[in-house]
Amino acid sequence: MSSKLVALRDWIDARFPLTEMWNEHLAKYYAPKNFNFWYFFGSLALLVLVMQILTGIWLAMYYTPTQAGAFASVEYIMRDVKWGWLIRYMHAVGGSAFFIIIYLHMFRGLMYGSHKKPRELLWIIGVAIYVLLMAEAFMGYLLPWGQMSFWGATVITALIGAIPYIGDPLQTWLRGDFAISGATLHRFFAWHVVLIPMLLLVLVVVHILALHQVGSNNPDGVDIKKHKDDKGVPLDGIPFHPYYTVKDIVGVGVFLTLFFAVVFFRPDFWGWFLEHTNFVRANPLQTPPEIRPLWYFLPFYEILRSVPDKLMGVVAIAVSIVVLFFMPWIDHHRVKSQRYRGLMFRLCLIGFALTFLALGYLGAQSPTPYHSDIGFRFNELYFSFFILCLIYSKPRSTGYYIGGAIVAGIVIFVLDWLRVGDIPIRFMARSWWIPAAYWAFFLLMPAFTRLGDATPVPERVTFK
Amino acid sequence: MRHVSIDVGNKSALQHGARDFARYCMGCHSLRYMRYLQLEKPLGLSAGAIKKDLIFNGVKVGEPMISSMPAKRAAKWFGKVPPDLSDEVRVRGTDWLFTYLTGFYLDKSRSTGVNNVVFPKVGMPDVVENLQGAQVPVYKEITAADGTKEKVITGLKLVKPGSMTPQQYDKWSKDVVTFLAFMSEPNKIEREHLGVWIVLLLVLFSIVAYFLKKAYWEDVH
Repeated sequence: MSSKLVALRDWIDARFPLTEMWNEHLAKYYAPKNFNFWYFFGSLALLVLVMQILTGIWLAMYYTPTQAGAFASVEYIMRDVKWGWLIRYMHAVGGSAFFIIIYLHMFRGLMYGSHKKPRELLWIIGVAIYVLLMAEAFMGYLLPWGQMSFWGATVITALIGAIPYIGDPLQTWLRGDFAISGATLHRFFAWHVVLIPMLLLVLVVVHILALHQVGSNNPDGVDIKKHKDDKGVPLDGIPFHPYYTVKDIVGVGVFLTLFFAVVFFRPDFWGWFLEHTNFVRANPLQTPPEIRPLWYFLPFYEILRSVPDKLMGVVAIAVSIVVLFFMPWIDHHRVKSQRYRGLMFRLCLIGFALTFLALGYLGAQSPTPYHSDIGFRFNELYFSFFILCLIYSKPRSTGYYIGGAIVAGIVIFVLDWLRVGDIPIRFMARSWWIPAAYWAFFLLMPAFTRLGDATPVPERVTFK
Repeated sequence: MRHVSIDVGNKSALQHGARDFARYCMGCHSLRYMRYLQLEKPLGLSAGAIKKDLIFNGVKVGEPMISSMPAKRAAKWFGKVPPDLSDEVRVRGTDWLFTYLTGFYLDKSRSTGVNNVVFPKVGMPDVVENLQGAQVPVYKEITAADGTKEKVITGLKLVKPGSMTPQQYDKWSKDVVTFLAFMSEPNKIEREHLGVWIVLLLVLFSIVAYFLKKAYWEDVH
């Protein structure tokens, strides 16, 4: 480096911890060397966040947040503004890509126990980011002012009205009106482009700071700081820069290839990323035949609507998200990674992923009693996962497992009893075995086999 | 539903579709999110040709394509303002639109005297009757699960020929559908052309990045 540049660096370092920060977070941040495919999604989420902010700024230059002008201004962006269609498609596909990445990122955490001690706070900040992201996506979806924008926002904000006593005033306060209107659009715009992105950026920085305080977990879930060389560098660690910067660039390349393939060839993704009905301007006097949120909310939407009672449905959807915050204390088995947790925990995780997908599929179906009943079964499985995680966190006696199976059977029966009158009994009679078999399998297998036992965790990371 | 395969790059179909849309549809339906001038390049028409063939109400070519029909009176005449069709194909799809255009049939119970196979109780009169002719439905009686008998339409039969043969009319409809498909997403062709290059470039980038990573990681075991 030329002496002038060194002098400049020293001049800055005397006034701002530039080199110190560079070293702490990149050049001398030691990450485990055995990261696999699942570890690309953190940096990709950051990439998409930056992309959403940039495309969002450009969209905001041409967008009009008024009832009269919103829909027309989006059409103007799509047709008149130079490259407007590209920016808008990038932003719309980017929203969906963000959720795909975040769901994979969170699932990685569950797989390798990244939420466990000492990373509890890191996980909680992450869940907060996810909740903010949901708010961001929900508010952004109102802005094009299409039929689905309007009616989706109407249905979801109406949920707040189900809360006893404070529900109604709270709903009016949130909407800024008695129904979704220009006032709602204006405030959602303000929150979507200023408030939530600001909070998101702050929390992302906090998330990364918390990560670098405790260090990254890895697919083996072993602590690399236990074995250090004489300079204090972990033996299984490599500097984030340049090793993981060059590796993440490969991930960025593959991601952008897929991302732009969608943007350029199937930007509405067959109606999943941009719904067909949303190309009709919002009409408060005409309810569309089917109202449903975009794909990334469908699992939670199904959790909500498969519960026959409206208030209990709202409670279920709230708990289904809030429970994630408590994951560090729910799943607290001493072994972090699913690799060494035994077959039963692995099956439990796979079951949870499939449950989430099934809920999403059912959320897209028409709300018949049949779908509602099947939805309720998967709803039960969703919550079952968390209870099972708690049970699996310690070795239990055979009696405990059998007692648990009996309690599960009673709970399943009581929940069905409460649904009598809302759902035809013949539907329940045909589907009760789904949660029953699930619980019988997951409680009796570890009771009578050794498939649930943890296997020895290696001392050092394994390199596959 | 009848199926139609269209090509939004077919300039002849687009030109015919635009001309026919201007003559038969634009009296009532607007394409308000598009300007006449924006048709110039994709349709291969000069500003003069657009003025002569597509504009009948004297507006300038830089203006948006808005129908001259006053909305208030249109609502009185048809029960509802005829919708803007800029995004119609995005909302309903090309097959639906093609079936709609070819799907009018005589129905004395309606004030317009016609109904439509994919749009029951449609408010729009059959403006293409002089081209297509008049059709009557062919019914089939089916028994529903609860034992009630129901009449369903299985097809349409031409009872009074129009100025076009059915083949000619299908082509006419297909051109209008092509034009409206273009209208719903005017940048589609440019998008897909550009996309090929961008994706190829990114594949190349990923390959280079992969080998860069491999080189850097040589000493990690």
